[in-house]
Amino acid sequence: MADLVITPPASSGPARAADWRALWIAPPLLVLAALFFYPLVLIAMQAFTSDAHTFTLDNFATVLHSRQFLSGLYHTISIAVLASSGCLVLGFVFSLVIAFVPFPGARLVGRLIDTFISLPTFLVALAFTFVYGSAGILNQSLMTAFHLTMPPVDFLYSQWGVVLSEVTVYTPFIMRPLLACFSQIETSQIEIASSLGARPLGIVRKIILPAALPALLAGGSLCLLLTVNEFGIVLFIGAKDVITLPMLIYDKAIQEFDYPTACVIAVINIALSLGLYGCYRAVVSLCGGRRAALD
Amino acid sequence: MLLWTRWGRLSTWGFAALLFAAVYGLPVAMIALASVSGQWNGILPSHLTFAHYARIVHSESLAQLRVSVLTGALASAAALVSGTWAALALRQIRGARRRVLDIAFFVPSAVPSVSIGLGLLVAFSQRPLLLNGTAAIVFVAHFLLISAFTYGNVTAGLARVAPEYGEVAQSLGARPLYALWRVTLPLVAPYLLAAFSLSFALSMGELGATLMIYPPGWVTLPVGIFALSDRGAIFDAATLTMVLGAGTLLVLLALSRLSNRAALR
Repeated sequence: MADLVITPPASSGPARAADWRALWIAPPLLVLAALFFYPLVLIAMQAFTSDAHTFTLDNFATVLHSRQFLSGLYHTISIAVLASSGCLVLGFVFSLVIAFVPFPGARLVGRLIDTFISLPTFLVALAFTFVYGSAGILNQSLMTAFHLTMPPVDFLYSQWGVVLSEVTVYTPFIMRPLLACFSQIETSQIEIASSLGARPLGIVRKIILPAALPALLAGGSLCLLLTVNEFGIVLFIGAKDVITLPMLIYDKAIQEFDYPTACVIAVINIALSLGLYGCYRAVVSLCGGRRAALD
Repeated sequence: MLLWTRWGRLSTWGFAALLFAAVYGLPVAMIALASVSGQWNGILPSHLTFAHYARIVHSESLAQLRVSVLTGALASAAALVSGTWAALALRQIRGARRRVLDIAFFVPSAVPSVSIGLGLLVAFSQRPLLLNGTAAIVFVAHFLLISAFTYGNVTAGLARVAPEYGEVAQSLGARPLYALWRVTLPLVAPYLLAAFSLSFALSMGELGATLMIYPPGWVTLPVGIFALSDRGAIFDAATLTMVLGAGTLLVLLALSRLSNRAALR
């Protein structure tokens, strides 16, 4: 009997202490709520209310029917898909060479590419003006060589200029998880396969690619998320007919002061990003692969 | 080793080197060249000059660089404190609550920066908190955009340090705060430094949210670069981009050396 009386407090003591200690999460959570979730709620409220302060879907109906928005959505998705595919291919090729056809200084090259993660994204867009722009080195060389009067290479101020810039900027995000994954593949497995007569391409297809699949999926979905949200590159390329959702939000809010429309587009853009982020988390937890650079 | 023939290896390297030079080498080389070129009408600039760099010192760009460094340092420090606090506090929580909170701290990194800027604009242009038009709103935006990265880095670091170290210290009579300050935090110090340098770099290059909210008196370097490039002064823009990129890399290098030393200790 005495035991029964004594045991409950003894067991609830640590539990209550743990509950009390869990409160330590409150200060950073409050900061996040006030600075992040509160503004998000206001965006959503602004998107869903009419001028008469009642709930309405009219704002959405107007935006969803506008050609500007539909073209923005189309460009956002097609640029993101194209750029992410480009990143996957380029990142796979670079990682493959660095990991499996190593040369002196291969690690250094890998780290050089990795530093691109910390550089501002618009650096590449600006640099491309000097390379592929109408007065850039490529066009000038071609015009001098073939005595042309017009610049022959004219893709920079279109969707493809944005795609190529994004491929350059976001390939490191594929290479990080991929190189980590390649370092765990047994080299003896590859050596045995090739001693048994497997060709290099066959080894890549049958051994390396399956092993790299989780890392490719994680990196690819991260790239999709980042390219959907990319703003600096699109702004710096400044192609008139390439409008993405973030560009559209900026135009509506800052140039036209049309906050309700900007909020509606922001809600759609955030929903798209959160969906992609959910995919990324699901891929990472399903494959148990290494987290890519985002977290 | 995937390729055994000499020819196969050499041709692969040649191909990869060409690809690397085209994708990464050429753009960086061109922007570096543009920053020192005087006149550029032909294939290559006619003469080289440091006039663009000299002009930075006498223009508003220097003030913009100062604003960027200040914003980056303050926002990164705040994000480091809040991220470390959250990661440490979340260690005490288990189960579904932990997973939900974990996602809550990561979610800011999944929201487009322009939308974060729009949200701040909508929320803080009205009562109870009027921040629009002050430098504070820029700090808040940068803090939000980098907080998830800091939190993620610190969490990853904490996961590699067994919680037993702190518990042993406490069982030996150390107060919780003392154990945290003298045992746990020094163990994760390299991760804290890495988190700080990554968030500082991100903040230095941030454009989307800043362009939405910056007040006239608090112009960061990326906004200044955009203004220059928009006006057509692309050589000055290239010069400033070089300064921004090189400066960021230098800070990262210094911090990584510091972090290596902390890891050795």
